[in-house]
Amino acid sequence: MSFLHRHRNLTPYLLLAPGLLYLGIFFVVPLGFLLHQSLQSGNFDVGYAFTWAWGNYWDAIRGYRGHFIRSFEYAAIATVLALLFSYPLAYWIAFRGGRWKNLLLLFIVAPFFVTYLIRTLAWETILADQGPVVRVLRDIGILGQDGRLLATSFAVVAGITYNFLPFMALPIYVSLEQMDGRLIEAAQDLYASKWKAFVRVTLPLSLPGVVAGTLLTFIPAAGDFINAQLLGSPRNHMIGNVIQSKFLELTDYPAAAAMSFVLMAVILLMVALYARAVGTEKLTG
Amino acid sequence: MSTPDVRLVDVTKRFDDVVAVDDLSLDVESGSFFALLGPSGCGKTTTLRMIGGFEQPSEGCIFLGEREVSGLPAYKRDVNTVFQSYALFPHLSVFENVAFGLRRRSVRGETLRGRVEAMLKIVGLAGMGRRKPRQLSGGQQQRVALARALVNKPQVLLLDEPLGALDLKLRKQMQLELKAIQHDVGITFIHVTHDQEEAMTMADRIAVMNDGRIEQLGTPTELYETPATAYVAGFLGVSNLIHGTVSGSDSVRLDRGPEVRVSAAALNGRTGHVAVGIRPEKIELGNGQPNALEGKIVEQAYVGVATQYIVETDCGRLTVYRQNASPGLNGASPGDRTTLSWSPDSSFVVDSMEESE
Repeated sequence: MSFLHRHRNLTPYLLLAPGLLYLGIFFVVPLGFLLHQSLQSGNFDVGYAFTWAWGNYWDAIRGYRGHFIRSFEYAAIATVLALLFSYPLAYWIAFRGGRWKNLLLLFIVAPFFVTYLIRTLAWETILADQGPVVRVLRDIGILGQDGRLLATSFAVVAGITYNFLPFMALPIYVSLEQMDGRLIEAAQDLYASKWKAFVRVTLPLSLPGVVAGTLLTFIPAAGDFINAQLLGSPRNHMIGNVIQSKFLELTDYPAAAAMSFVLMAVILLMVALYARAVGTEKLTG
Repeated sequence: MSTPDVRLVDVTKRFDDVVAVDDLSLDVESGSFFALLGPSGCGKTTTLRMIGGFEQPSEGCIFLGEREVSGLPAYKRDVNTVFQSYALFPHLSVFENVAFGLRRRSVRGETLRGRVEAMLKIVGLAGMGRRKPRQLSGGQQQRVALARALVNKPQVLLLDEPLGALDLKLRKQMQLELKAIQHDVGITFIHVTHDQEEAMTMADRIAVMNDGRIEQLGTPTELYETPATAYVAGFLGVSNLIHGTVSGSDSVRLDRGPEVRVSAAALNGRTGHVAVGIRPEKIELGNGQPNALEGKIVEQAYVGVATQYIVETDCGRLTVYRQNASPGLNGASPGDRTTLSWSPDSSFVVDSMEESE
């Protein structure tokens, strides 16, 4: 007690300490290992040696450029789709939900009660060639007689959109929910129609939620491999699939580690550009 | 008299089975400072929101000038509102907050800038245009809210408890400022408040509301000097009500006291049971006036400009204010017997509420 009194300015750091320690041990240290590994050469049988093998990075970029681009494409499309579905949903719950609000929020979170893998497997069944969706789409002529949904980029993007929707909807809901409803009345009082009031007041004030939601969706989606694996064909594989197979199947650890770093670097760059474009104050509200 | 700026004709507003506003009719004269005064739940805010277009009446019509506006949404009415706790747009600068209404009406460029800056100057915020609302004090936010509404030169400005969030001193200052601004711009102000002192300081005319109805409408002086009902007498300032029975064209026999004189105008033809009201500052300690009651001082409180006495009489406890015109206390102290007296012209008469109790 007296120690803390004398060193009052230490208190915030002491409070931060457990979190920092955790991050240090379970994030920074493994990241260091990974970085070390990415510069090794050799193979599983003869062993790996640290050789400043920068070539691993070059190979990752040159050999898998298509996978990287596809990852960001899928992640971007899924993020935009999730935003388009989530915003009206969050808006409706926040402003029209009334006493059902909490129940409706529970419905959004409900899929989390089932593990990610099982949920995605469920989609495999839904989109299967013998499944009801394909049959109906074939009957009404949207799909050809041998058209399919499974093993297409559509299925992968749909899966990602579905799996990350709550991460988009919840932050948007929070930013809308905490908005003072009188601001909309004030806008209408100042001659703004409902639509104008939305564009000029509601939308800008919900941007912190939109920004948080897009980041929470885009970042994990870009590194995802489950959806591509279960719902796509090898033509739809993303960089996550490559990293996963290099690590677990081909045991080419240095190449996998280098790819992970390239992925991380590109995502960081994109997030930085995005934050700059929308303004950092939107991130903190 | 010119056409009133705002006219409510037989307006009723129901929320489910609760009647918030009950068959209310009202004319607000152009260019006046009008107050709707009453306790919370009396329907004053609902009335204001119906004029603003945030609620639609269940029955009746609302006119702005010649034009019927019932049914029109808020954004199509030439009315602006200063909201309780202001509702400033937190993501916009002070300048953009004030410019919001003008931009919606396609005012652009130099005209826009000129009008916004002139208005910021009127409310004493010149040079603050680039700040965000959260960087301003409560009083300054209040001024932004006022500027944001007034800059549009609305036909009517609505103020919903605009000073409620300010501390007492600032509130007093803003009351006078608001009145001065209203005088300068000449726009009709309709002001909702539960604070009788605020209403009396600012408004030319006050409607005292109770249970969705107007209890009495008049100038502050009329309401204070000649309240029409016991409710109004009790809501505006302190009043002593003494029950009695009318005993002549200008006299009332008190239930537990002597006969007192009242003005025939105040009695206004009433018969039977009534209550005679006397304001505390109109009662003298001593027998200098025609109507008198004996009593004993039970409490004394020095409140600066006046000393307040509570005097026990046969007709109940009466409150008396005596102005502290000379230094020190006035001499009378608790336990002293005293005579209270007042002039017949200083009293008013209201219907007795006892029957309904």
